[in-house]
Amino acid sequence: MTIVTFVHPDGREQRIAADAGESAMQAATRNDINGILAECGGNAMCATCHVYVDAAWLARLPAMGGDEDALLDGTAAERRAESRLSCQIKLSAGLDGLILHLPERQT
Amino acid sequence: MTATATSPGQGAAPGVPHLDFDPFSIEFFADPFATHEELREAGPVVYLDTYGVYGVARYAEVHAVLNDPLTFCSSRGVGLSDFAKEKPWRPQSIILEADPPAHTRTRAVLGQVLSATAMKPLRSHFAARAEAKADELLARGSFDAITDLAEAYPLSVFPDALGLQQEGREHLLPYASLVFNSFGPPNRLRQEAIERSAPHQAYVAEQCRRENLVPGGFGACIHARADAGDITHDEAPLLVRSLLSAGLDTTVYGIGATVYCLARFPDQLAKLRSDPTLARNAFEEAVRFESPVQTFFRTTTREVELGGHSIGEGEKILMFLGAANRDPRRWENPDRYDITRRTAGHVGFGSGIHMCVGQLVARLEGEVMLSALARRVGSIEITGEVKRRYNNTLRGLESLPITITPA
Ligand code: HEM
Ligand code: FES
Repeated sequence: MTIVTFVHPDGREQRIAADAGESAMQAATRNDINGILAECGGNAMCATCHVYVDAAWLARLPAMGGDEDALLDGTAAERRAESRLSCQIKLSAGLDGLILHLPERQT
Repeated sequence: MTATATSPGQGAAPGVPHLDFDPFSIEFFADPFATHEELREAGPVVYLDTYGVYGVARYAEVHAVLNDPLTFCSSRGVGLSDFAKEKPWRPQSIILEADPPAHTRTRAVLGQVLSATAMKPLRSHFAARAEAKADELLARGSFDAITDLAEAYPLSVFPDALGLQQEGREHLLPYASLVFNSFGPPNRLRQEAIERSAPHQAYVAEQCRRENLVPGGFGACIHARADAGDITHDEAPLLVRSLLSAGLDTTVYGIGATVYCLARFPDQLAKLRSDPTLARNAFEEAVRFESPVQTFFRTTTREVELGGHSIGEGEKILMFLGAANRDPRRWENPDRYDITRRTAGHVGFGSGIHMCVGQLVARLEGEVMLSALARRVGSIEITGEVKRRYNNTLRGLESLPITITPA
């Protein structure tokens, strides 16, 4: 089981248990995490599943693809170095303990 | 019941409940909700004797089938007709009616052409057209919300965004209606549509060619991807065709559904007026509530366990998206139109790898049109006979006479 912590902009934390093979977006929507909209259902089209990956974890994620990079240029909240699309983060056992910060807005 | 089974399977697996209503009949289309409930309550999987196919109507099974595209394939057609046994009525779609890995390549191209990044530059123009339409309708007061709004608005933005010539656009809605009727059985709706299809097909084939598409539009962007080597030059016109087939009528039905909902639920209109930023979700909730695209089929590629039953290879499964979107196992107060509902996860746009690639275009149109109305309109009243339009796949209205008053 992979535990992921979502940190809201006001500092509130929500800890959820992800199923094997799930994306961080799927785990978030299944657990009703409010800051993840995920309009396109994980098809890398909408950029409404934007997260800021905790600095300690950033280097441990697989590199992003071209689609993700392009979409991150259009996120509603500012793009930062630690910006990723949560639908493109597959939760493997190696990511147990992952911390993701939610942006102020998704649209 | 008139239709007979055209592509009968091997008969139902033992223990699967049988239902004998016709899911492509006018009686069912006129009022599907009681039958949807029967379908959901009969079991996780049912057998539809009229056509010799399986059916799923609960959210969990519809979602599961949509998200296992290798077992439940699209390449044998997403209508009743099994392309392994019957020649498609038109050259098969290379995205809707394709499986991975072929689908992955074409989907990536349309996904980029229609992504959030591509919507940004369209937004202000789409919004300006919506504001103008709302002003015009408010000045008129009384009008038909289907022809004068749900059809008129998408027609004023989508064909231009695609880059179509001015001439011949009257073929667009009949062509789309034909495409969505064709997914059904060989009933009157499908046969008549196909009999009259020649001029519409000729128009569409011509418009998909590069020289007929205005630079800068979605169509030209697709052709440019052939230059880049992402698709072949023969595939580009077929992908443009997908947008001509699925990009206009669907949004007409989606916007029509939203206006019909707001007219029937004045408390929700009041909520939207007090906070027009709810416009995008008001549209989304109407897509869940009315499910403009009601059904699609899949075909099994192997023997598979579904809802506790073993289903053989080569079986057609009809997914009732509209029934799944109102399954009380998944939705609280499913029969309530609630514009503040958390709509994420509804299957009105599908789910998984085939989930509507035009969804951001649809939402953009829906949002700006509804938001323009929300900021101007005080009330919506239905003032005449509401007439339904019948199609083998789409659910929506033919006529919705309304009167609106200023805020
Ligand atoms: C409210 C409006 C719309 C609704 C309800 C809708 C619904 C759907 C659904 C349910 C699917 C899934 C099909 C499947 O799983 O077999 C789909 C796919 C598709 N839609 Fe839409 N759609 C809408 C608007 C649009 C628009 C505006 C476009 C084009 C700009 C479009 C183009 C497509 C295409 C090309 C596919 C096939 C995608 C694939 O197979 O990967 N749709 N749509
Ligand atoms: S859910 Fe749409 S890009 Fe991630």
